[in-house]
Amino acid sequence: MREKIMYLLAAAGIGLVTWTLYKVWFVLPKEANVAAYQILYFHVPAAFTAFTGFFTALVLSGLYLGTGNLRYDALAAGVVEVALAFASINLITGMIWARYAWGIWWTWDARLTSMLTCWLIYAGYLILRRAIDEPTQRARLSAFLAILGCVDVGFVYKSIEWFRTQHPSPVLSIRSGGGMGPGMETPIYWNWLAMLCLGTVLVMVRMRQEEISREIDSLRRLAHAY
Amino acid sequence: MEPREFQFVFAGFVVAWLIVMIYALTLGLRERRLRKELDRVRKMVEKR
Repeated sequence: MREKIMYLLAAAGIGLVTWTLYKVWFVLPKEANVAAYQILYFHVPAAFTAFTGFFTALVLSGLYLGTGNLRYDALAAGVVEVALAFASINLITGMIWARYAWGIWWTWDARLTSMLTCWLIYAGYLILRRAIDEPTQRARLSAFLAILGCVDVGFVYKSIEWFRTQHPSPVLSIRSGGGMGPGMETPIYWNWLAMLCLGTVLVMVRMRQEEISREIDSLRRLAHAY
Repeated sequence: MEPREFQFVFAGFVVAWLIVMIYALTLGLRERRLRKELDRVRKMVEKR
């Protein structure tokens, strides 16, 4: 059943990306046929997907701290790993966009710096997990770091409103931006949905590996008990 | 689309999907390693 859901989600994700690419290249007005827009159709959904993952990890970490159930911790770790991949896409496509639009790869403004900090916090989360062997201590410290990381996610989101940044101000209508033409925003949300589908598949694969690891651990304990 | 524009769009698309591919590949390799380890431990338990 789980395998079927995974294949279905993967097919839905690939189908949505293909459909969005078709819309972006062949249906949208000519104004959208420039690098500034087309990179945006990956850059923004990647950030939304990463933030969705980080927020999910926050909820799961809270659930772990509340219940002490290590399954929530394992799921949070899987979600953070996948979200970090999408955060990397966001950062690198952002750098390519910056090189195109500003002529530079990077600038230390509030949005870019806080996003890099966010990436480093969650990379630190994964490094921390490798450094601690004791499962309960690892889960507790990771949960605190996931909560701290989510504070930075909020800062990243609001930074373009709070500070005068080189990064563009909000352009999406959901943030009262209105900087994009009619119909040109929609592919961003479809790509977000596509990335969420693919991200969910990756988390499910990651969870399957977690189950195999647990089985290996229990078999090892059994072997030592003889 | 002008060649300069296309270069940036192409680079953006390639980077985005390359990261997903590399991550998926890493997951695949990790799963293969785990399954091998599982088989090895299972055999070890059966021997005992």
